[in-house]
Amino acid sequence: MMAQLTRNERVLALIYLSILAMVGLALAVGGRYDLIGGHGWLMLAFGLVGIALMVRGWDAPAPSPERFSEYYDDPTKVGIILALVWGIVGMTVGAWVAFLLAFPDINPEVPWLSFGRIRPVHTSGVIFGFGGNALIATSFHVLQRTSRARLPDQLSPWFVLIGYNLFCLLGATGLLMGITQSKEYAEPEWYADILLVIVWVVYFLIYVRTLQRRKEPHIYVANWYYMAFILVVAMLHIVNNITVPVSLAGAKSYSIFSGVQDAMTQWWYGHNAVAFFLTAGFLGMMYYYLPKRANRPIFSYRLSIISFWGITFFYMWAGSHHLHYTALPHWVQTLGMVFSVVLLIPSWASAGNALMTLNGAWKKVRDDAVLRFMALAALFYGITTFEGSFMAIRPVNSLSHYTDWTVGHVHAGALGWVAMITFGSLYALVPWIWRKSRIYSEKLVEVHFWLALAGTLIYVFAMWNSGVVQGLMWRTYSETGTLTYSFLESLVAMYPYYIARAIGGSMFAIGALIALYNVVMTIRMPSAEAETESEGDIPQSKQALAQPAE
Amino acid sequence: MPDHETLVGLAKSFGLFYLIAMAIAVLIYVFWPGNKKKFDRAKQAPLDDGEDRP
Repeated sequence: MMAQLTRNERVLALIYLSILAMVGLALAVGGRYDLIGGHGWLMLAFGLVGIALMVRGWDAPAPSPERFSEYYDDPTKVGIILALVWGIVGMTVGAWVAFLLAFPDINPEVPWLSFGRIRPVHTSGVIFGFGGNALIATSFHVLQRTSRARLPDQLSPWFVLIGYNLFCLLGATGLLMGITQSKEYAEPEWYADILLVIVWVVYFLIYVRTLQRRKEPHIYVANWYYMAFILVVAMLHIVNNITVPVSLAGAKSYSIFSGVQDAMTQWWYGHNAVAFFLTAGFLGMMYYYLPKRANRPIFSYRLSIISFWGITFFYMWAGSHHLHYTALPHWVQTLGMVFSVVLLIPSWASAGNALMTLNGAWKKVRDDAVLRFMALAALFYGITTFEGSFMAIRPVNSLSHYTDWTVGHVHAGALGWVAMITFGSLYALVPWIWRKSRIYSEKLVEVHFWLALAGTLIYVFAMWNSGVVQGLMWRTYSETGTLTYSFLESLVAMYPYYIARAIGGSMFAIGALIALYNVVMTIRMPSAEAETESEGDIPQSKQALAQPAE
Repeated sequence: MPDHETLVGLAKSFGLFYLIAMAIAVLIYVFWPGNKKKFDRAKQAPLDDGEDRP
C-alpha cells in the first residue's frame, strides 16, 4: 500500500496518524476515571500501529506516473473484505440475540454481554459495518467507471475507509462498555460523532473532486443516489448529534433538544437513515450493477430520475410516523403518514424499473445466481416499501407498533433488499476488480442464495405472525372491558416464532460466511491473464502463477 | 422560535405548493426534448465495456 502513496501523501498520513494518537493519548489520560479513557487507549493504539506501518514502508519506491491511466481500486478491495467481515460479526451477534429472546438463560452473566448491549452491536454492525463499508467500496468503483476518471488522490480514500472503520469500532466497543446516547442507530457518543463528521466531509469531497474531472458530460444516476446518501447522512448525523458533553474527559453528553423535539429529531434522523443510508445508497448500487450484470440498459432512465427526486423530497417528511399516538402534535403525525403513503410511488417506480430491466432476460436470472440476488432484492424492495407505507397509516400502526411486525418489516428490508443487493453486487464486482475470469465457486453462490432466501422467508414470516398475534392479544378486551390477555401470556405465545426467527437469522449468517470464503478463494485464484497464459506450451514457474504483488 | 400556529400556517400555505412546484420542475427537466440524447447516452454508461481505464 505504501508504494502507492506519493511522498507528500506519506507525510500527510503520518501527520493524521500522529494527531489521532495524540487525541487518543489526551483522552486516555484525561479520561482515566471514565469509560472514554478506554477509547482513548484504543485511538492511541490505532494511531501508533498506523505510524509503525508507515515507518516500516517509508522507503518504498514512489508510485509511477502510469498510475493515472488506471482506476484506483485498492480501497474498494479492502472495503469489500471489511464489509463481509463486519457482516459476519453483525449477523452472528444478531443470531445470538435472537436465540437470547427464545432462551434468555444461555448468556454468561457478565454486564458487557447483556442483551441491551449486544443488540445494538448487531444493528450497528450490520447497518454501518456491513452496509456502510459496502457502500463506500462500491461507490468508489461506480464513481470512477461512470465518470471515466480516477479518484483524485491516493490518500483520501484510505482516510475515509480507515477513519470510518475506526468510527465503527468505537461504536461497537463503546456499546459493550456501556457507552450509548440511547438514540437508535445513533448510539456513539460525541467524540466518535465528530470523527465521523470529518470522515464524511472528506468522503463527499472525493466525490465532488472526481466528478469535476469526469470525462462524461452527464452524471450517471447511480452517482446521484450515492451523493444523496453522503450529503443527507452528513446533515442527519450532524443535527441529531448536537450535544453538549458533560466534560471533555468524559463520554457522557446531553442532547440540546429535549422531550418531544428530541424524539422528533431522532426519528427524523432514524427514518432518513433508512431512506438515505439503506435505500438511496443501495439504489445507487442497483442502478449500476444490475444493468451491468444483466448486460441490459436500465428500462427507463427518465423514470430513474423521477423516482430519485421523489425519494429525496418525500422521505424527508416521513419520520414522524415512528411517533404515532405520542405527544407529537397530531398534524405532524398526519404529515408523516401522508408522505409515507405518497412515497410508495417513487419506491415502486424504482423497483419496477429494476424488474422491467430484467424483463426479457428471465433466463439469465434463472441461470445466474448473482443476478438472481439482485432481482430478488428489487422484488423485496417493492414488497417492503409497500408494507412500510401501509404500516405508517395511523390505524394500522396502532396494531403494528411496538410489536414484532416492525421487526419483521425492518428485516424484510435489511435482509431481502439491502443484503441481497449487496451480495449480488459484490459477487459481480469481485471477479471484475481482481481481474479473475469468474467467481471461485458458482455452486457456493447458489448455496448462499438459497440459504439467504430461505432464512429471510423464515425470519419474516415468523415475525409477521408473531407481530400480528402480539398486536391482537394486546388489544383484545373482555365483556367487562378489561384486557383478556396479560403481557406474559402474549410473551409465551411468541416462543415458537422466536425459535423460528433465530433459525432463519442463523441461516442468513451462515450464508454471509460462505460469501466471505468464496470471495477469499476467488482472490487467491490465478488472474484471468495468467490462466490463459498457462495454456501456452511453455514451462511455467509457480511464482508466475501467483498473484502479482499489489 | 416560531410558535405552533406559525408552523401550521406555513405548512398549510407554502408547504402545500412548493413540492408541487419542485415536482413540475423535475418533470420538465426529465421530458425536455433536448435532454433526450443525454439520457440515452447515460443509459448505456454502465454497459460501455472497453478496457476499464479512465
